[in-house]
This record gives sequence, C-alpha cells and structure tokens, in this order.
Amino acid sequence: FVTGHAALLQILHSDWFDRYDLSVSTYSPDGRVFQVEYAAKAVDNSGTAIGLRVKDGVVLAVEKLVQSKLLVPRSNRRIQTVDTHIGVATAGLLADGRHIINRARDEAENYRNIYKDQISGKTIADRVGHYAQAYTLYSNVRPFGSSAIIGTVDKDGPQLFMVEPSGVYWVAKTEIEKLKLSELTVLDAVKEAARIIYTVHDEAKDKEFELELSWITEENRRHQFVPDNIAAEAERLAKESLNEEMEDD
Amino acid sequence: MAVEFQGGVVIGADTRTTLGSYVSNRVTDKLTPIHDKIYCCRSGSAADTQFIADLVRYYMQMYAVQHNEPPSVRTAAALFQELCYQNKDYLLAGIIVAGWDKHNGGTIYNIPIGGSLHRQPFTIGGSGSSFIYGYCDANFKKNMTQEEAVEFVKNAVTLAMSRDGSSGGCVRIAIINEDGVEMHFFPGNQLSVFYEGEDTAS
Repeated sequence: FVTGHAALLQILHSDWFDRYDLSVSTYSPDGRVFQVEYAAKAVDNSGTAIGLRVKDGVVLAVEKLVQSKLLVPRSNRRIQTVDTHIGVATAGLLADGRHIINRARDEAENYRNIYKDQISGKTIADRVGHYAQAYTLYSNVRPFGSSAIIGTVDKDGPQLFMVEPSGVYWVAKTEIEKLKLSELTVLDAVKEAARIIYTVHDEAKDKEFELELSWITEENRRHQFVPDNIAAEAERLAKESLNEEMEDD
Repeated sequence: MAVEFQGGVVIGADTRTTLGSYVSNRVTDKLTPIHDKIYCCRSGSAADTQFIADLVRYYMQMYAVQHNEPPSVRTAAALFQELCYQNKDYLLAGIIVAGWDKHNGGTIYNIPIGGSLHRQPFTIGGSGSSFIYGYCDANFKKNMTQEEAVEFVKNAVTLAMSRDGSSGGCVRIAIINEDGVEMHFFPGNQLSVFYEGEDTAS
C-alpha cells in the first residue's frame, strides 16, 4: 500500500496537483494511464527481440546485450521454453520477463491438468495478457516492464503473439516490410532474423551483444535453440551482409 | 454404447430407469447433449450422472465462448474424468463421451466407474453390457458405413435389453457427424425379436 498512499499524499500536500503519473491507479485528464506508458518505455530501451512466423514454423531472435565480459555466454537467457511447444522471448526488464514466463509455465501446466491437452498459443497469450493487465489495476504493484513475444506451433499451425505491459496482445501476421514470411522456411527465417538483429544493432550505443536464436518447427513442435552450426552460419551471413552494406557507402 | 464409423459416431442406449425392481421411467433419454456435437451416454446413478453432465455442459459452454471455437471431444472427456476420478468415493457413474470435432473426426471415450479414461473405436457400458461383449466383439468392424453402425448398435442394445432385467423399454440412437446430430427412436414393440425360447404349448 506504500506506493499508492505516498503518491496520494504527495499530490494532496504539495503543488503536485497536476501530476497524474505517480500511480498506476490514476488516470490523466485525457484518459491515459502514464505508468503503463512508462513501463512500455522500459521495453523500448532494451535489446531488440523479434519473432518471425513462417510457412513451417516460428523463429525467435534476441539481441542480448552483454553487461560484462565476466558473464558466461549463454547464461541469463532471454528466450525460454514454456511447456514443450512454446517459446517466449522477452524485451525490457529481464527479471520481469522471467516472472511472466514463470506464470506462463504455471498456466500451461494448469491447463494440461484440467484438459489433458497442451495449451494452444491463442489461449496462453490470452492468459498472459490477463495477468499483465491485472498489474495495471492496483497502486501497490507496478506494471511489468517487459513485452513477451510468444511463439508456438499448435493444431492451428505456427502462431506468434506479443503481449505488452498494458496487457494488450497482438497476433502476428505473416508479412514484415519486404519479406514474404508465409513463403519462407524456418531455415530462411533464421538467417533473416539474424540479419535484422545485426542491422538494427546500434554500434554506438551498445558494444557487445550475444545473438540468441530459437525455433519451433511444424515437424517437431518442440521449442529448441537453433543448433550451433546453423546459428553460426546465420550470424556469419548476417555480419557479411552488414559489411556489404557499409561498403556501399 | 458408442461406435465409430466412417465420418462420425453412432451412440445408442435403452430407456429404462429403475428404483430397485420398479421401473421409474420406461422412456428415459440416456443420450445427453454436452455441446453441439458432443453427447454422453449415462449409466449408473441417474442423479450422479445428470449432475456431472450438467457441470460439464456448463464448462464446455464457457470453453466455447472463451476460445471462440467448439471444444474437442477429448476436452469434454478430460473434464468428465477429472470429476469422476477426484470424486470417486461419492459417485457411481459410468459415462461414455462421444462426438465429432474438426481435428479428430468422430471419437469415443469410455469412463468406467473409478474414473479411468479409455479411447476406443467402440465401447459398451451399463449393467446390460456384460451380456453383449461376445456379440459386439464378434460383429464390430472398423470403418463401417452409417447404416451398418446403426444396425450394430440397435441389435446390440436390443440383445442386452432382452437379457438384463435393469435394461429395457425402447432404443434411442443418435448419429453425430460433421453435419450435426440426428436422433432416432425405436419403440420396444418394433425391435427385432431374437431367440426367446420355443412355444412348448401343444
């Protein structure tokens, strides 16, 4: 209760009468909840995460910014597995992302116990959305500073969703700018994802990063990290294409 | 009982409900709708099975609204099992869940007393079932036509009715496929008469 109470006191007992952004249980006069919008900023400021839904599966890729050279590579993963057939990549505060994934795991397990079947992508996105939204209602908790990109292959085929801090979730189409994703295979998508991450990586802002790549194929229906040889090849091609672009300048 | 055929399932039951030796209802409908294309055959305690069926019907309605698509037969069966197993000490319910869904076609699940779950191409249950295991094993074929499946179910239920005191009355049958549900009713005096002994009067 501390946060909400303090915010109220601050508003009442000072000249902060027009601060509508101190608590998530306060609307602004134009109907916005600023705390939720600020939570979304945490997502914007983090390393990029992308999901690609293609013909025969889903690919997830994350630009994992390396905080220190002392960290073991591949630790502190930003892509995790929920159940066996769902992969989730988070952007924003890593700890909040982990918390959301834990909840997703609980939801998936609970679904299996009741319905004796694995949870579908649509359902888990809905549940995660509901959970995130609950944290936008009360002043004694804060919204999650993470967006979750949820990829799966279920009985309706490859599915991709994104849940934002507000609780809203989006269903992904199969086209992004120049790429016709519905015609790509997962192998192509892995290369594209690597290329996109390398292209948007801002050299000036953050120096080192690890590229996390994972996929779920229609054939296998299990979320796995892309095998080392394929991932290495995709990274190599991505770096090459980046060099080519720079040379054109 | 319930039987899978090419394109769907056929379910059938007798129409007798008893209170001891008194027939409290001779035209019972034991084929209970759970959802548009999911039915269940109830055996055991009428009160228990009606209660459970109502509960599962409610859950299936919520499922359909929340997921924006009809539930699978497997989902309905899983819920029946959950209820029957977790409350096994208090219930006497033998339920057959049968229906049609988009991803699996016609499917049948048998949930005997105790709350185990069994997916089977055909299944029988209830007190009268003990007398027709032989008939059913001998006459069932995979991928029957609808007509063959209906004949199979009608004959099997009739035979059970003629041997089991707790079964009788008439035969109700439902055919469930992609197009929906077709209910049929066969009055008791119009059923086939199987061997019932010879007339020994001179």
